[in-house]
Amino acid sequence: MNDGLRYTLLVMGAPYSRQASHSALRFGEALVAANHRLEGVFFYHDGVYNAARLMTPPQDEPRLASRWQALADASGARLMVCVASALKRGLLDAREAERHGVRGETLAPGFELAGLGQLVHATAISDRTLTFA
Amino acid sequence: MPDTPVSLLIVVRHAPHGTSWLREALDLALVGATFGCEVALHFCDEGVMALVEGQGAGALGQKGTAPTIDALSLYDIERLYVDESSLSDRGLDSEALAHEVEFAELAELVREFDRVFTF
Repeated sequence: MNDGLRYTLLVMGAPYSRQASHSALRFGEALVAANHRLEGVFFYHDGVYNAARLMTPPQDEPRLASRWQALADASGARLMVCVASALKRGLLDAREAERHGVRGETLAPGFELAGLGQLVHATAISDRTLTFA
Repeated sequence: MPDTPVSLLIVVRHAPHGTSWLREALDLALVGATFGCEVALHFCDEGVMALVEGQGAGALGQKGTAPTIDALSLYDIERLYVDESSLSDRGLDSEALAHEVEFAELAELVREFDRVFTF
């Protein structure tokens, strides 16, 4: 049995405007199907918009958020969203919303706010790190 | 963290000010160094403009990046590499830069470092 390699994905392109998220998602799905291990996906720069809770694409376009959540469920990978990039772009979990005194959490379920240190850690324990920008 | 931190090469390809690529590249460099990784930066294409002497914060109300680049050595990030042809293509040489740099081929650095992040 091939144990496969451990991967970390870094996603920096905005969903629907760039290819980055779509390619990263398809790559993640493919590597899990090929018995590799996905340690984590880190969303940075405009990639944080992948975690927007209210993202509502047209019916005939890929539903990125639910596919990210399905990938995380299937692989055990963590969906980490850079907290500094996220907050200034309006993506907050309930705790950050309360802390900053604004109403409503905007981070989708299954995603978690994380620091860059968690990207460094994920890449350190992975055999491969791929960037999608 | 794992016992042996990985070495990180951060490649900067975008100019300062117009986008947040440079700032976010520097943030990763600083955090990597804080976590004990050996970190080096390689500036190529428009990225070489980040090192040009005499930059202000710009007109957009964003924080400038020059002070962060000045502070890299405090985080033990001493290795700043520049792609020489990116510099000469823009009519610049190392005299125009605010920092001591070394010229290096990206391919050689990619071989040397464990992980590469491109901004």
